[in-house]
Amino acid sequence: MVTGGVTKFAKAHPAMDFRLMVKRAYDYALKDASNLTADRIDGTRISYFSDHFSRQLKAASMVQDYLGMNPKGSVRIEWGGATGGECFQAAYEAVASGRMDVCLAAGYETMSRVPTWKGNEFIALASDTNFDFPLGGFYTGYYALMVVRHIYEYLRLGRFAHVKDEREAQRLAIAEGSRIMSMVSVKNHLNALHNPYAQYPKRLTVDDVLKSEMISYPLTREQICTMSDGAAVAVLCDEARAREFTDRPVEVIGVGCGTDTMRLADRPFGKVPLMSHEKASDYAHLPYPGVHSFRAGRSAGLEAYRMAGITDPNREIDFIELHDAYASSEIQTYEDLGLCKYGEGYSFVERGDPFLKGIDYGFPTPRAGTIPVNPSGGLIACGHPVGATGLMQAVFAFWQLQETVPRHFRDPALQLPHPRRGAIHSHAGTGSSVTVSVLERGFR
Amino acid sequence: MTARPRSFTRFREVQEELEKSGAAVFRDAEGVESLIVRSPYSIQYVHSYAEDSPFFLGLAEGRLKGSRCSKKGCGFVYATPRAHCMVCGSPTTWLDLPTEGRVHSWTTCHFGGEAFLHETPYNLALIEFDGAGSLLLVRLKDAVESELYVGMPVVARFDPNPKYSITDIWFVPKR
Repeated sequence: MVTGGVTKFAKAHPAMDFRLMVKRAYDYALKDASNLTADRIDGTRISYFSDHFSRQLKAASMVQDYLGMNPKGSVRIEWGGATGGECFQAAYEAVASGRMDVCLAAGYETMSRVPTWKGNEFIALASDTNFDFPLGGFYTGYYALMVVRHIYEYLRLGRFAHVKDEREAQRLAIAEGSRIMSMVSVKNHLNALHNPYAQYPKRLTVDDVLKSEMISYPLTREQICTMSDGAAVAVLCDEARAREFTDRPVEVIGVGCGTDTMRLADRPFGKVPLMSHEKASDYAHLPYPGVHSFRAGRSAGLEAYRMAGITDPNREIDFIELHDAYASSEIQTYEDLGLCKYGEGYSFVERGDPFLKGIDYGFPTPRAGTIPVNPSGGLIACGHPVGATGLMQAVFAFWQLQETVPRHFRDPALQLPHPRRGAIHSHAGTGSSVTVSVLERGFR
Repeated sequence: MTARPRSFTRFREVQEELEKSGAAVFRDAEGVESLIVRSPYSIQYVHSYAEDSPFFLGLAEGRLKGSRCSKKGCGFVYATPRAHCMVCGSPTTWLDLPTEGRVHSWTTCHFGGEAFLHETPYNLALIEFDGAGSLLLVRLKDAVESELYVGMPVVARFDPNPKYSITDIWFVPKR
């Protein structure tokens, strides 16, 4: 990767349609590279999630057209919430296969053109329309079902195992889980105070998060990402050309993708695919993935780590931008990606591992800086214009590895000290598809 | 000449104006003007339940059907039926599921997609059944948020006036 650009994510950008948003991000990316002009780009991969949101089918062709990329090769990428992550990997594949020397990955979503709850309905149509959607199923509801079971497996049967009364034990476990999820929400909103691209930067307390509107029990509004308008682009090229465009290129050293059943009801109860820090005996009584964990995230992580030669992600990766559509799924994803064992996600937050050093979150974070997660603010605070989101993560990770965050954010607070490796993680519909890409600093 | 549409600086007011007149001008903080019009869209799909049809016909008769893999040595039982086995790919046959089960997980939805907002709050629950290897997602009625828990015994109810939808079945706490 040699350059990238992002528009500020916003509730609505009525003065820009999708073409102009992509153009703005694209122009930024071109300007931030040297010697990179449109004629050096061999083709594009363009991502957006839903035709419903703009009622313009084949909209990617109009992006291609607006950027003046015709008659170069292009294809539209769609893979639910993981659309942006897939687009990044599609561009990687175009270059790695030798088909292109330089490939532009561009993604966007304009979600403001429909009312919020109609938008939720459109997204809910990305669940089984025979069995799930007609029940009033919607995404916050599905993730709530998942986290209630996650809390049951790991808090009820863990730190509340001693409580005899079953219903009391479950109430205590959910209250504990909600408190810890709120710490994640505080972290991401607070990090975003230093990110000018973020939609909802703010200082919150755990109490504020807990007391915000209940959307689907136990998930509250501040634990959930919002709909957004936004665009992001990344330019990838082969190693031979990278230094023509920047003296700080970033290498893609691992890509992975995993999938799972569309319906939660069909998820198997099997065994955990182990990472090197885990033993089969750790999970002797854990039916996996059930509805508590994302097998697709684990598979994507394993594939990407294998390719990158990573055996201990917690030590070998310096930070992660992961798909926190929900504070719950951020905690579940720590475990899927092997940052801690299954069941340790809640203590991982309480110990402070995923927090940034040097920021006061309003509660103790003793191990802050161990492996910062979503230093940018993630989806919860930056917004989630679906087709752009995975590419936004790529751009933020790229700037981290380049150590150019202070210039792009006009604020040095979020720049990590000399990060060498970062991972990005893009996630679709209850974990039905997930991508993980590992990026490494390609310069001294 | 017709007049320009009315101009607004708040997006919310634009949305209200569209309801009234169908067009509005939005002026943003930089003074850039955008013309915004209402653009309705509706469609009636001819939706076939196809290979899942026997399940929905069964609900209308007050029966809860799952499916079982026909391959010897597999025999996986699906509480949400599948015409082909996910494990081995063989065709499945229909079977009657028990009408009692347990809550595997649950939530109370205080919001939902637009089509369901007027029904909130409602409970969704994944149900586990003895003898089945997968779950079924349903509405759980006659119980409020504070009464629900993982493991709660529940029993099926069927709509005597079927709408030919998954909502023709719901579960209630077994009392």
